[in-house]
Amino acid sequence: MDYFIELLFSGLTRGSIYALIALGYTMVYGIIGLINFAHGEIYMIGAFTAFIVATVLSIYGFPLLAIVIIAGVAAVVWAASYGYTIEKIAYKPLRHAPRLSPLISAIGMSIFLQNYVLLAQTSDFLPFPRLIRDFPFMEPIAHIIGSTDLVILVTTVVVMVILTLIIKFSMIGKAMRATSQDRTMATLVGINVNRVISMTFIIGSSLAAIGGLLIASHIGQINFYIGFLAGIKAFTAAVLGGIGSVPGAVLGSMILGLTESFATGYVSSDYEDVFAFSLLVLILIFKPSGLLGKATNQKV
Amino acid sequence: MTSQPILEVSGLTMDFGGIRALNALDLDVASGEIVALIGPNGAGKTTFFNCITGIYTPTEGNVWLTPPGGKKVSLNGLKPNKVTERGLARTFQNIRLFSKMTVLENVMIGRHCRTKAFILGAILRDPRTRREEQDILETSYAMLEKVGLAEHCDEFAENLSYGAQRRLEIARALATEPLLLLLDEPAAGMNPQETIELEGLIKKISREGQAILLIEHDMKLVMSLSDRIFVMDYGRKIAQGTPREIRENPAVIKAYLGEEVDA
Amino acid sequence: MAVFQELKKGVLISLWFVFLTFPVMVIKVDPIARTVTWRWMNALYMAVGTFIIYTLVQFFIKRRGRSKPASTQKEAGSSVIHRLLDNPRRRAMLFVVLAVAAIAFPQLLSSYQTNVMTTALMYVVLGLGLNIVVGLAGLLDLGFVAFYAVGAYTYALLNHHFGLGFWTILPVGGLLAACFGILLGFPVLRLRGDYLAIVTLGFGEIIRLVLENWGEFSKGPSGISNIARPSLFGMELDLHGSIVFNYYLMVLFVIFTIFVVNRLQNSRLGRAWIALREDEIACQAMGIDKHRTKLVAFSLGAFWAGLMGVVFAGKTTFVNPASFTFMESAIILAIVVLGGMGSIVGVILGALILILMPEYLRGLSQYRMLAFGAILVCMMIFRPQGLIANIRRTYVYKKTPNDAQAS
Ligand SMILES: Nc1ncnc2c1ncn2[C@@H]1O[C@H](COP(=O)(O)OP(=O)(O)O)[C@@H](O)[C@H]1O
Ligand SMILES: [Mg+2]
Repeated sequence: MDYFIELLFSGLTRGSIYALIALGYTMVYGIIGLINFAHGEIYMIGAFTAFIVATVLSIYGFPLLAIVIIAGVAAVVWAASYGYTIEKIAYKPLRHAPRLSPLISAIGMSIFLQNYVLLAQTSDFLPFPRLIRDFPFMEPIAHIIGSTDLVILVTTVVVMVILTLIIKFSMIGKAMRATSQDRTMATLVGINVNRVISMTFIIGSSLAAIGGLLIASHIGQINFYIGFLAGIKAFTAAVLGGIGSVPGAVLGSMILGLTESFATGYVSSDYEDVFAFSLLVLILIFKPSGLLGKATNQKV
Repeated sequence: MTSQPILEVSGLTMDFGGIRALNALDLDVASGEIVALIGPNGAGKTTFFNCITGIYTPTEGNVWLTPPGGKKVSLNGLKPNKVTERGLARTFQNIRLFSKMTVLENVMIGRHCRTKAFILGAILRDPRTRREEQDILETSYAMLEKVGLAEHCDEFAENLSYGAQRRLEIARALATEPLLLLLDEPAAGMNPQETIELEGLIKKISREGQAILLIEHDMKLVMSLSDRIFVMDYGRKIAQGTPREIRENPAVIKAYLGEEVDA
Repeated sequence: MAVFQELKKGVLISLWFVFLTFPVMVIKVDPIARTVTWRWMNALYMAVGTFIIYTLVQFFIKRRGRSKPASTQKEAGSSVIHRLLDNPRRRAMLFVVLAVAAIAFPQLLSSYQTNVMTTALMYVVLGLGLNIVVGLAGLLDLGFVAFYAVGAYTYALLNHHFGLGFWTILPVGGLLAACFGILLGFPVLRLRGDYLAIVTLGFGEIIRLVLENWGEFSKGPSGISNIARPSLFGMELDLHGSIVFNYYLMVLFVIFTIFVVNRLQNSRLGRAWIALREDEIACQAMGIDKHRTKLVAFSLGAFWAGLMGVVFAGKTTFVNPASFTFMESAIILAIVVLGGMGSIVGVILGALILILMPEYLRGLSQYRMLAFGAILVCMMIFRPQGLIANIRRTYVYKKTPNDAQAS
C-alpha cells in the first residue's frame, strides 16, 4: 500500500512538472496556433540559470533561503526574457507565412539554443545544488513522500491558482482569451495582439522556468539536453488534454505523470520514454483533439 | 423543361454544433440547365456545396447523380475526390488556386482524375504515359483558350488579376469533365467589365451542353443566366421557380431581394 | 536624426542581448571545485556581435524594401544554375565537367577526402529523398532518420545472423523501410501538418529507443559491428579499394536518384504532390486522392532513406542507435530547407555545403549544430524558398499548326 501511495505521489510530482511546461505549449498554441518547439529549451535555460545563480551564491556563502529566492527569480526573469525574445526573432516575422514555416523556425531555434548552452557551458551533467532540505515534520512519512515532492506539489497548485486568476480576471487574461478565440475580431475591438502574444510567451516561459528549477533540484542534475525529452513529454500531455485548453493541459499532465509512474513502478523502467512517445503517437492518431479539446471543422 | 435530372438532393441537413446551417433542403438540376442558388449571406449556400461535394459530411439527406443515359448513383459519404470523379466539379467562393504553380499546371491538376499514370509510369515514361501527358497538356491548354487565359499559361497563378483567377478556377473545374459544374459566387469582386465577360463565358459553356449550378449575389447576372432559381434563407429553401416567378415572389422579396429588384 | 535613432535602437538591442546571455555566456561555475569564472569578454563580444548583426539585418531589410518592385531581378540572380541547365549545349558541357571531376576525385585526392565526399553524397541522396516528402508534398517529416535506421539495421542484422550480402539486402532494406513508411503513414497522414511533424518525430524516437533497449534483438547501445562491406562482383576489397568503391557506388546512387526524382516531379504524380502542398482542399475537390498521394510520397522518401541506411551500414561496418537521433533528421531537414524545398539542384548544393563545410573548416566544426539551427530560423525568415528557388515549369504544347511552326 505504501508503495502504491509512493508511486501515486511521485506520479503527481511528475505530472506537476509536466503541467508547468505543458501550459506554455497550450497557451501559445491557443493564441498563435504554433507548436513552440523551443519551449523545452526555455525550460532548460530556466533550470540552467537557476543552477548558475544558485551555485555562485552558494560559493559566495549566501544563506539557503536567499539562494532559493534569488535563483528562482533569476530563472523566471531570464526564461521569460528568452521566451519574449525568441517570439520576436523567430516567430513574429512569420506570422503570415505558410503554417509549417514557424514550426521549422521553432525547431531551428530549439537546436540553436541547445547548442548555445552546450558551447557556452558544457555538455557534462552538472550537479544541481539541493535547494530544498528535508523538513523535520515530514520525517514520519518521508518514505512515501519526500519534502521536494511536497514543495513541487504545493508550488504547482499555487502557481495554477494564480494563473487561473490571471486568465479569468485580469485585463491581459481577458485579452488572451479573446485573441485565442478570434484574432481578427480581437484586433478589431482594439486589443493589442502583439502585446497579448508577448505576454503569452512571457507567462508560459515563466511557468516552464519554475518547472525547470523544481525538477532540477528534485533530480539533482542538469545538462543542455534536458529540454528535449521534457518538452516532448509536456507536449504529449498538452495534446492528451486537448491542446489550447488550459485545464486540459493540467489534466493531461497528471494522467501522463501517473501512468508513467505506475508503469515504471509496476512494470519496468526500461521503456519509460518509449511509453511516452507511444502515447503521443497513439493520441495524435486516435484522438488528436484530446480529452478536453473540441474537434473543429475547417471552414471552407 | 422536362429533360433528365442530373443532380437530385433531398432532405439535406447540416448541423455545426448547435447551428443548423442546412435544413432539409431539396434541390435538383437537369441536364443542360443553368440553375441559380441565391440567398442572403450566411444562408448556407456554400455549406450546401461543401455537403454535396463531400467536403463536409452532412448530418442527414441524400445526394444522387445521374450520368446521361446511365444509372443513378448515390454520392452519400463519398470522399471529395470520389465525388469529383463521379462528375461534380466546383469553384470556391474564396479562390483556392495552387498559387505557386503556373496557370497551365493548375488546369493540368484538373485532369488528374481522368488520367492514370503512377510511380512506374512517371519513372519509365513509357509511350502510354507520354501519350497521356500529351493529352493532359492539350486538353488543359484548350480549357485555357476557352476561358481566355491561354496567353497567361506560364505565369504563376497568384500573379493573375482577380477576375482572371476566377476564370482559371472555372477552367480547372471544367478540366475534370464534370457532369455538373458548381460555381460559388464567380462574379464576386469582379468589375462590371469582367462580369460581362463572365456572363459570356458561362453562356458559352452552357451552350456546349454543360449543366451549371450557380451561387451568385449579382441579381442581374442571375436573372439573365438562370433557367430556374432556388432561394435559401437560414438554411431553408424559401422559394423556387423561374426568374420571373422569383422576382414576383413576396417571400423572396421580403427575405432578400427587397429594394434591389425595385431599383 | 534617423541615423541617431537607429543607432540608439541598435545599442539598446545590444544591451538587451548582453543581459539576456549574461548568466550563460559570462558566468561559468565549477560546482565540484567550487570556483566561479567571470568571462567578461564574452559580454563585450556579445554586445559588438549583436550590434553588427542588427545593423546588417536592418541594412538588408531596407535594401530589399527598396528593390521590391524589381523582384524579377532577384529571381534571375538565383537561377544562374537553372539558366545553365536550360541551354542544352551548356548543360551537356556542365555534365561532362561534373562527370570528369567525379571520376577523377578519388584518383587525385586521399582516401580520407574520398570518404568525406562519400558521406556528403549520402546526404545528397538522403536530402533528395526527404525532398520528395517535405519539399514536394509539403509533409514535414521529423522522423526521417527512423527509416534510415530501418535500412541500416536490416543489413546489419541479416548480415550478422545469416551472412547475407550487401547487394541482396539493398532492395530489402529499401522496401522494408518503405513498408514502415506505409505502416506509419497510413494512420498519421490524415493529421494536420504540424501534428504530423510531431508524430513522425515521436516515431523516430520510438525506433531509436527500441533499438537501444531491446538488447536481444539489436544488441542495444553497443550496436553491431563487423558488418561486411559492399563487394564488387563477389570480390572482397581492401580498405582503400573499398573506400573508392563506396565512392563510385554513391556517385551512381546520386545519379540514379536525381534521374528518378526529376522524372517523378515532372509527372502527373509530382504535380499532384505540389498541388497538395499548396492547398489540400482544392486538391481533393479536383479529384486527387489526398491520402494515397501523400502515402506514396511518404513511402518513397522512406524507401530512399532505407537504401541509404543499408549503404551506411556497409560503409561504416558498424551501426548503433546513437547514429539515428533526432539531430540526424534535423540535419537532413536543414539540407532541404537551405537548398530550397522542391529544388533538386538546391538540395544537392545544400548537402554539399552543410556536410563539407564543417569538414574543411575544422575549427568551426563544433559550431556545426549551432549553425544548423540558425540556418533553419534564418532561411524561414529571409529566404523561405531556399538558396536555389524552384523553377517555374513551362511546357511545350503543339496545339495549332501555327504554334508548331513557331517552336
Ligand atoms: N465549418 C463550419 N463550422 C461552423 N459553422 C460553419 C462552418 N461552415 C459554415 N458555417 C456556418 O454556416 C452558416 C452558413 O454559411 P455559408 O454556407 O458560408 O453561407 P453562404 O455561403 O450562404 O453565405 C453560417 O452561419 C456559417 O457561420
Ligand atoms: Mg458563401
